Amino acid sequence: MKLTGAEIIWECLIREGVDVVFGYPGGAILPTYDAMTKYPQIHHVLTRHEQGATHMADGYARASGKVGVAIATSGPGATNMVTGIATAMMDSSPIVCITGQVGSRALGTDAFQETDVTGVTLPVTKHNYLVTKTADIARVIREAFYIAKSGRPGPVLVDITKDAQQLTAEFDWEAAAPKLPGYRPNLRALPTEYERALELINSAKRPVILAGQGIKLSGATAQVLELADTARIPIAVTLLGLGVVPASSPFNLGMMGMHGEAWVNQAIQQADLLIALGMRFDDRVTGNLKTYAPHAKKIHVEIDPSEVNKNVHVDVPLIGDLREVLEELLPKVRTSDRGEWWAKIAEMKGDSAVRDIQALPDNGHLYAAHVINDLWRATKDRDTIVVTDVGQHQMWEAQYYRHEKPRSLITSGGLGTMGFALPAAIGAKFACPEKDVWVVVGDGGFQMTSCELATAEQEGIKVNVAIINNAFLGMVRQWQEFFYEKRYAATPMTGPDFVKLAEAYRLNGLRCDKRAEVNSTVKAVLADKRTTVVDFVVEQEDAVFPMVPAGADLDAMIRRPKREILAESGADKEWQMPNGESAAVSELTLTGGPSKAASVPAAKRKPAPSLKKKSAETSKKSSRPVVAKATKAGKRR
Amino acid sequence: MPKHTLIAYVEDVPGVLNRVASLFRRRNFNIDSLTVGRTEQAGVSRLTVVVDATDAGARIVEANLYKLVNVLRVDDLTHKPALNRELGLVKVKVTAATRSQVLEFVDMFRARVVDVDEESLVIEVTGTPEKIGKFEMVLRPYGILELVRTGSVSMARGHDKLSANPPLVRAEVAASAADDHSHAGVSMSV
Ligand SMILES: Cc1ncc(C[n+]2csc(CCOP(=O)(O)OP(=O)(O)O)c2C)c(N)n1
Repeated sequence: MKLTGAEIIWECLIREGVDVVFGYPGGAILPTYDAMTKYPQIHHVLTRHEQGATHMADGYARASGKVGVAIATSGPGATNMVTGIATAMMDSSPIVCITGQVGSRALGTDAFQETDVTGVTLPVTKHNYLVTKTADIARVIREAFYIAKSGRPGPVLVDITKDAQQLTAEFDWEAAAPKLPGYRPNLRALPTEYERALELINSAKRPVILAGQGIKLSGATAQVLELADTARIPIAVTLLGLGVVPASSPFNLGMMGMHGEAWVNQAIQQADLLIALGMRFDDRVTGNLKTYAPHAKKIHVEIDPSEVNKNVHVDVPLIGDLREVLEELLPKVRTSDRGEWWAKIAEMKGDSAVRDIQALPDNGHLYAAHVINDLWRATKDRDTIVVTDVGQHQMWEAQYYRHEKPRSLITSGGLGTMGFALPAAIGAKFACPEKDVWVVVGDGGFQMTSCELATAEQEGIKVNVAIINNAFLGMVRQWQEFFYEKRYAATPMTGPDFVKLAEAYRLNGLRCDKRAEVNSTVKAVLADKRTTVVDFVVEQEDAVFPMVPAGADLDAMIRRPKREILAESGADKEWQMPNGESAAVSELTLTGGPSKAASVPAAKRKPAPSLKKKSAETSKKSSRPVVAKATKAGKRR
Repeated sequence: MPKHTLIAYVEDVPGVLNRVASLFRRRNFNIDSLTVGRTEQAGVSRLTVVVDATDAGARIVEANLYKLVNVLRVDDLTHKPALNRELGLVKVKVTAATRSQVLEFVDMFRARVVDVDEESLVIEVTGTPEKIGKFEMVLRPYGILELVRTGSVSMARGHDKLSANPPLVRAEVAASAADDHSHAGVSMSV
């Protein structure tokens, strides 16, 4: 059958099981868009920005486990995709991006809208292609899908010249099977490594499982729980691993790492064996590598051999698909109760629990952690996916939303991409239309891609947006507060009236600034059929605790303050790092301090002026006045 | 930093060299030399990469090379009996007085004069990179006008071909890789 290149693209997508693509047209991809009209089986979502298209494809992939597809034109269309591609790369998310390219004869001439997109995306794709011949399109697209989803998943970009889209070639799907002689996605671990792993597991006294998103990617939740249950091994999870084992599982300790729980990091530091499952020892989970889990032997089960021994010395590498590896191991894992170890963990846990902000009664202030926790309570009995952006709210979400199922949290962990949440949530909604999709996003990140509200409106889909609005680039402000003597350079940030913004997009907008109203607000959101944006006006200078300062030992955390005491006395004695370096931190302005609860709608708040000059002047005298000034400037009330 | 000699067989497709070079830069490994050429198999090119790395670092390079879809096979020849050869062309100044001395060195190094001029000679020399380095050293006092070296190509000695399934694919990873490649401390970004 002779078809144009453009038709071949759609025929291939249909055969790959694609039913929705996210894209944005332009000259170099126009033949493909023109051919699209013949293929109504595939729904095209017109985004408002190509970055949005890639995040949507990514969100779709993460929610469904299938490959997400994004389409853009050459040059600026393709370069706009780079952030989304890099995001997918860092989090091993399978997406295929198809871009138009100038005609093959114009290649290399700096033609209008020409960019060497394969060159630009080389470091941020799992693989990429430039296709100049119609006859190659089918094979390349088949290879792209195969590469994207097999082994360690990742993004693949296919750049197709305009003439290759226009000209015709014989289309033969079968004949276009992938030819990838060098690609080995299915590595197998050595039998000797299994033996060594079993020896270590069976003889360990204080083992900890480190659960990463590889468990989700290989569908190994049941096997991991069985391992934990058989050998009574506690599980610590990474950010991207949240949900791979239920939060309610008695074996699940909670999140590890920079903003993980203190007892989890302590358990890791005291462990004599770490069983790392589908995680890659990112610097956000290890803290100081030199002192990371010093007593522990390490078993690393991982599909990508280049991750093994990259950051942390591993005693036993088990390279291969996680589920297969665990199925091989499980029958030989000895039952054991490890009572002492669990007693120790219980002790560490008890010490931390009293510091939790949840222990703080409603004092009239709206804390982000309360918003998240109440959101969880109000939505936990529904099938919910939460998509977060990047910043403090992301960490509070990770701490206070209790994820029970794999793929119920979608977040940019590796690249930490602000602007990810809203478009990724739209993609997730297309993957799972029957589920509730919530966006938890900061006022900063939301403003990066809020244009995609128009996409949600045009598509008539419902995603629910909870803006955690602190009128700051909160996480950066927190670092300035802790490590830069509170010089709030370029972090106070105004926004539009988010309620009116939603309304301007013909969507529903709500505002909530009282804890008592969070629950009813969530109910109101769920009752509305439209995409709804809630502006949660929260404490401006709240900080995420606990925190491992960059470069510190994993268990040398800045602990949570004992807030109930602080709220009454204003004392700040409780702020200290375990290693005694408390000077900078003990100066922290405390949430729940004297400032008044938010009660004025965001629209009426004063905009925050630039702080550059003021900070420089005042910081000479001491750090405190800067805080006062900065706070005032940043205040909206 | 010790040097490692890696052999990579790659598909002969556009951009493959770029992928390899980009990988080295991305992973912050310094390439000492990189040569590429055809092999006995159509469609397959062979790279010889000399890289500044310890044994453990070389394992990481290998593992990363394997991630490239167009890379067919990687072997580390560093600790195997292997031939390492490089070609150098040296244009050296000569006078009536020095010409014979230079020719003596050409003889000693089993090099060849490939171009003669009143005031200079062009000499072709092959051998190990060390030998070419020595040759350069002895000629330097006469005045080297131009020097070009190809970079090393390497081949294992003996009858065997490179293993079809080199160790890394079976997941053997050197013990201390992390120690010398770890980026100290934690990154400071938000
Ligand atoms: C695209 C991008 N730019 C900059 C950053 C650095 N960064 C990390 S967190 C953060 C602040 C986020 O502020 P906001 O979205 O308001 O969320 P909050 O931390 O207040 O919850 C910034 C600027 C980033 N992660 N991504």
